[in-house]
Amino acid sequence: MNIQGNEPRCTSCHAGYGWKDASFDFTSERNVDCLVCHDQTGTYKKFPTGAGHPVSEPKKFMGKTFKPPDWNKVAQSVGRPTRKNCGTCHFYGGGGDGVKHGDLDSSLLTPDEQLDVHMDAEGPDFTCIRCHTTKSHKIAGRCYKKPAAKELKSLIEDDLIERITCVSCHTEKPHEPGDKANDHTDKVACQSCHIPTFARRLPTKMWWDWSTAGRKKDGKPYAVHGDYGKHTYHTKKGDFVWAKNVVPHYFWFNGTLEYTLLTDKIDPSKPVKLNRVVGSRDDPRSRIYPFKKHRGKQPYDSANNTMAAIHLFSPKEESAYWGSYDWKKAIASGMEFVGLSYGGEYGFVETEYHFPITHMVAPKENRLSCDECHSRDGRLATLAGFYMPGRDQHAWLDLIGWIGVAVSLVAVILHGTVRKITKKE
Amino acid sequence: MPAKNIIYLYPRFERFWHWAQTLLILVLLITGFEIHGTYSLLGFETAFTVHNFAAWAWLILYVFIVFWMVTTGEWRHYIPTYRKLYDVSCYYAYGIFRGESHPVPKSARIKHNPLQRLTYLSIVSILVPYQMVTGFLYYYYNSWPEMGLDWQLGTITFLHTAGAFAFLIFLVVHLYMITTGPTMLAHTRAMFTGWEEVEDVAACEWEDKSPKREAPATPTS
Repeated sequence: MNIQGNEPRCTSCHAGYGWKDASFDFTSERNVDCLVCHDQTGTYKKFPTGAGHPVSEPKKFMGKTFKPPDWNKVAQSVGRPTRKNCGTCHFYGGGGDGVKHGDLDSSLLTPDEQLDVHMDAEGPDFTCIRCHTTKSHKIAGRCYKKPAAKELKSLIEDDLIERITCVSCHTEKPHEPGDKANDHTDKVACQSCHIPTFARRLPTKMWWDWSTAGRKKDGKPYAVHGDYGKHTYHTKKGDFVWAKNVVPHYFWFNGTLEYTLLTDKIDPSKPVKLNRVVGSRDDPRSRIYPFKKHRGKQPYDSANNTMAAIHLFSPKEESAYWGSYDWKKAIASGMEFVGLSYGGEYGFVETEYHFPITHMVAPKENRLSCDECHSRDGRLATLAGFYMPGRDQHAWLDLIGWIGVAVSLVAVILHGTVRKITKKE
Repeated sequence: MPAKNIIYLYPRFERFWHWAQTLLILVLLITGFEIHGTYSLLGFETAFTVHNFAAWAWLILYVFIVFWMVTTGEWRHYIPTYRKLYDVSCYYAYGIFRGESHPVPKSARIKHNPLQRLTYLSIVSILVPYQMVTGFLYYYYNSWPEMGLDWQLGTITFLHTAGAFAFLIFLVVHLYMITTGPTMLAHTRAMFTGWEEVEDVAACEWEDKSPKREAPATPTS
């Protein structure tokens, strides 16, 4: 799903003031919202569909009234960003708590030691910026090393300063001298062992099926609440599956994610990887790294075999899906907005998106035990191309070896039997 | 029947290292095959820790065993010989079934028959060092670049596992062979007490070339 065409909604987080359409000036400092990061009153709120602006007079959204900020108080409160400042957007990516990331949700506002050893509010109480350090507002630590489209000037290119990792503080040999775990750090990311599962307190969305969206009850949109008190169906968005304590997927990862663009051809017969994790066993910069695999079904242009831009949100326009519940109109409008041709037909294709998992670091006693991976059906069972003790065997050697053992057993049993018989005689 | 003697054949340290090695081999085999992924018993992590502890323990024990062999002259019992090897082989192949007596009976001067000499010498000088070297290379896998080794991990695990099978096969055969004494448990008992029941026999012909050494005191039976 795309930001383009839906700016006023999405840009309540993605980012700044007044990004309501394609004319937004990314270079203007006047468009930067200082307060969303620096307000410490907790009263500064952007209106969900206000293109990043707070309201100037009280306004309702989904039963909640948004009041205009008390600008004097807000301005006087400014300070270094807290977990709440960052979390306001980053915990709610995708339109709700824990929708996108499995390792970032509102449980990290005041986490305990079990949830995150560093952010433990009773312990070290790290804020986000303790690791995501900044230099002149350039924030360290993002994973998306390369911009999505190499030929374009990326929004985030300016952010690409040195990346912080666990190693930055803990060194490459963080365990006791002689501990075998130190021999793993060249190939296994710290996160792989030290984040045994993600979404440990609050559920995260694992499956989002847009193809079922648009159903109505008595002619009206409706929602179904399932386990965890979360929507499992919403007319606007389709079916959801939520999960807690999710075991990550593991891939070789060198810090780069490659993205499927709207102009890329897709193969609708199998799940489309909207982003691909780049890395390999032979790349010295790659580590085995945990990921949340966010799956779902999304509309695509079945005439051109490309993903489709969807016009979801618009306060007035009929072409927006959340007004008309007509995919054809929404796709046509969305594609027109981004300047791509629409083949006129659409279908739904299964998609996968990979989110790196790096937060919610568990206390060391909760780290994975070795046999989570060093076993035949362990967590790394599908990661091919290298020998791993406990997982891999030498089939021929084992066959010959056990035949040898069996032959010697049979031989001594036979010998002993003959001995016994002849002794009696 | 020749006269029976009971002699003190296995001194305390020899019995100790024998049983210590028994324990280490069993522990290393059990944990080793778990690390190999053959079964799940203690859990990989415990198996790994125990395996490494046992490996270091064996290295230390091995140093003591070699030192003991050299300083006490016990190494002479492991001098390989082909004499009577054929006879001994024939004995175990069919003589034993006919009630023939052993062509090289145990005596104070001859702890091991030629077949044992070859087997034990191979184990102590080839198999054990081989398994130690492959084991330590396996453990120090991350340091291979500094050692100038350009191998795959799978290569060393192959070699080390092959060694483990050799030990297991030795164990099977050894466990059987020790039942071939005068009674099923005679040799085992001797390895606990040190006292072995032997036939009073004349010196074996190939003993003549062996250097003379003082026989331990032989109590009268």
